[in-house]
Amino acid sequence: MNTKIHTKEEIFNILSEIPDPEIPVINIFDLGILRAVILDDMLCTVLITPTYSGCPAMKVIEDDIKIKLNAIGISNLKVELVYSPAWTTDWLNESAKEKLRIYGIAPPNHSSIDKGLLMGKVRELNCPQCGSLNTNIISQFGSTACKALYRCNNCLEPFDYFKCF
Amino acid sequence: MDIQQAKFEYLLRLGDSSLIIGHRLSEWCGHGPILEEDIALINIALDFVGNANSLLTYAAQVEGKNRTADDLAYLRNERDYRNLLLTELPNGDYACTLARQFLYDVYTFYLYEALKNSKDDTIAAIAVKSHKEITYHLRHTTEWIYRLGDGTAESHQRLQTAFNDIWMYVPDLFDMDAVDQLLINEGIAVDLDSIKNSWNKRVNEVILEATLLIPTTAIKQKGSREGKHSEHLGFLLAEMQCIARSYPGATW
Ligand SMILES: [Zn+2]
Repeated sequence: MNTKIHTKEEIFNILSEIPDPEIPVINIFDLGILRAVILDDMLCTVLITPTYSGCPAMKVIEDDIKIKLNAIGISNLKVELVYSPAWTTDWLNESAKEKLRIYGIAPPNHSSIDKGLLMGKVRELNCPQCGSLNTNIISQFGSTACKALYRCNNCLEPFDYFKCF
Repeated sequence: MDIQQAKFEYLLRLGDSSLIIGHRLSEWCGHGPILEEDIALINIALDFVGNANSLLTYAAQVEGKNRTADDLAYLRNERDYRNLLLTELPNGDYACTLARQFLYDVYTFYLYEALKNSKDDTIAAIAVKSHKEITYHLRHTTEWIYRLGDGTAESHQRLQTAFNDIWMYVPDLFDMDAVDQLLINEGIAVDLDSIKNSWNKRVNEVILEATLLIPTTAIKQKGSREGKHSEHLGFLLAEMQCIARSYPGATW
């Protein structure tokens, strides 16, 4: 076991490549799940934050991190779940949003601190397939906790929306 | 009772309520009235179970007796459970489930909003996260209360009956004892009197807007703080704990 041969920046970059288990076109760094790598003499601690409280992908991500670190010779490691600051879709950068759109998932389109949400205000959303604004919501809850289900009235395709959170 | 004991008790109350209502909602899996609702309820159930996992993990840590969140969930009997009575009530028809969920969502919406300011950093962090999820839950159930209440004569009647039947469990939501008092003084717990007006206001507004009547009842059911439950919790636990107790130490 030797953590000295890798700097924490190197380790962070390697872990950044881990794809999200549910949406493999974006990685855990794009999503803001990977928070930090801390190197002690003998221990490598990786801090991750859950998207939603019950997100089942977190266990898979934890396993993926362990496999990745073991592969570069780091076996004395700990993956820690941190809750603060709470995960928000505001952390998704423009390139991640573009990757989502190409994949067929409409990216979050406004800030998470929009108070209109509780009042049932629904924003106009572009269809990720044809770009039409003629879309409407089917359900606030989609195939995973982070997505809502929409329908495009132009190309008639249903699509997922990565909802603001 | 010292602060550590009180905190353990308080975390059980929060965590058990999430676990039990999450389990109740999960019973709808594969039985939802329409596919979208099936998916919605299971997503919401998952949020609650996730929240319960965070709270019970912390509870076990505070207790310091080498128990885990799983130990607390699977190896306690009903008298040791501290969930609110409302959360253990059977699903009934869809109106019953939504009436129960609506009252609980309004409650957790204001409770967790206040818990964000808890002086206990872990509770505050969990509250920030959960409150975002609860906002989506409340929006969802509110829409359904309007839809069913102001829907057909049949849906209106069923929802009214559902609210009437569970109204006696409302006092349990706001019951407080020495545990609360101690932790309120420490700035850790929420004074439930402080959220009661907001709860009443929101619940009344939505019920009236949905063309329903505010129920009245002389019966005041309480007891969850001392682990005094309805007859329904034992059956729920029997199902939820069966595998873990039949195969001790099993992993999956
Ligand atoms: Zn389209």
